Amino acid sequence: MALYSEKVMDHFRNPRNVGVIEDADGVGEVGNAKCGDIMKMYLKIDDDVITDVKFETFGCGSAIASSSMATELIKGKPVSEARQLTNQAVVEALDGLPAHKLHCSVLAQEAIEAALTDYEQKKEKS
Amino acid sequence: MIYADNAATTKMSEGAIATMVSTINETYGNPSSLYEFGQKAKEVLENAREVVAAQIGAEPREILFTSGGSEADNQAILSAAKLGEKDGKKHIISTAFEHHAVLHTLEKLKKEGFEITLLDVHENGIVLPEEVDAAIREDTCLVTIMYANNEIGTIQPIKEIGAVCRRKKVLFHTDAVQAIGHVKIDVNEQNIDMLSASAHKFHGPKGVGFLYAKKGIRLSNLIEGGAQERGKRAGTENVPGIAATATALQEVVADIDKNREHLVPIRDKIIAGLKEIPHSALNGDAERRLPSNINFCFEGIEGESLLLLLDDKGIAASSGSACTSGSLDPSHVLLAIGRVHDVAHGSLRLSLGEDVTDEDADYIIKSVKEVVEYLRGFSPVWRNLVAGKIPFIL
Repeated sequence: MALYSEKVMDHFRNPRNVGVIEDADGVGEVGNAKCGDIMKMYLKIDDDVITDVKFETFGCGSAIASSSMATELIKGKPVSEARQLTNQAVVEALDGLPAHKLHCSVLAQEAIEAALTDYEQKKEKS
Repeated sequence: MIYADNAATTKMSEGAIATMVSTINETYGNPSSLYEFGQKAKEVLENAREVVAAQIGAEPREILFTSGGSEADNQAILSAAKLGEKDGKKHIISTAFEHHAVLHTLEKLKKEGFEITLLDVHENGIVLPEEVDAAIREDTCLVTIMYANNEIGTIQPIKEIGAVCRRKKVLFHTDAVQAIGHVKIDVNEQNIDMLSASAHKFHGPKGVGFLYAKKGIRLSNLIEGGAQERGKRAGTENVPGIAATATALQEVVADIDKNREHLVPIRDKIIAGLKEIPHSALNGDAERRLPSNINFCFEGIEGESLLLLLDDKGIAASSGSACTSGSLDPSHVLLAIGRVHDVAHGSLRLSLGEDVTDEDADYIIKSVKEVVEYLRGFSPVWRNLVAGKIPFIL
């Protein structure tokens, strides 16, 4: 049996929404290099709808796949809906992750939360 | 596929397979049975012992067959500890980058009141004999230092360390699992009291290893039962596996020089090629390392994704990243030579097989360069490094 599901390998080999949004409305970074996982999410938001999302990840295969899948799950969604994204939804969409890799999906959820919080704080200030 | 993970395990040699199959077919008797058919198996077993002993300059009676390197390490260390304890000596010297079969056994002894000194292995991954000398105390009962490191391949000054131990009358054990078959070993000339080896690292079968213990060293049993292995390791002997081990060892030892001449230029070519990757570093001494071993750290990327993408390109390798070790920490070996967590996660170990070609080396260099560049392309760490937001470590 392979280490990861076909879905995980697909998102790892061909990650969706990789890159940077220079004029992002919200940016979130979680994790640290010491632990071996860092995820950074960039959101472009219009009228409280996520119109574009990009990510950068330093991490293992499941960290890259989790980031990729999480961006797919929130792209085009209202902010309120993206707020509801759980790590479980990421895991299910990937057809599962090995038990010791579940934290990668948590990190993806947290990266999106951090980016949304950044967006909301910026909105409040303006 | 280019199999570059020979430090994990090796393919059995044709000779070893042939010996194993013929022994299974023709000599399946129990060596402890008195009838001729059992005694035939006994003969195969004792012939194997003679062959194995001869490869390291030992006497047959000094060889004890085990289930592998880990068992041999456990038995050597626990035996020495028991002997020491009888004389009130409960101090053991080792290093911070030993295999876990050694480190975890030492941790167990620590809980039983032993004091453990782990010597520094320095940036180049080599222990200094004078530091062994300085660490030996009145109550030291054992020095256990690996012959060659399993991750970074650095070869220790075993003969000199052994000489220090002889002079100070302290038992010296070496875990030679990675070294045997790559480096010439003579236990007498190199002052080794005990040595562990594992067959599947030198093209023999899995599940077989041996412990060399110099005549006169009283071993304690890990497994109680019958009188096999001079009463020191109960259980019917794995005769086919042991016979195949002898064949494999004889073959690799005969080819040590030939293999070194073939491997060293290829190893050094790959090292030179990978050094061209910016912000990368070779782990361990460049000269005093196994002919088959290459170990690098690449800043800004993580090892598991590197391995998966190399696998896609048909290269099987290994990494010391936390994700591949199954713990939160990266390799204890890389930490022991002073690599910080951030870069230790981005490590790659290539352990070449004797059949590796010059074309394979070119393909490995090209593939690793491509994958590292690709992963750095969307690494937030790399972006910060390049932007000068955090300093480069390598």
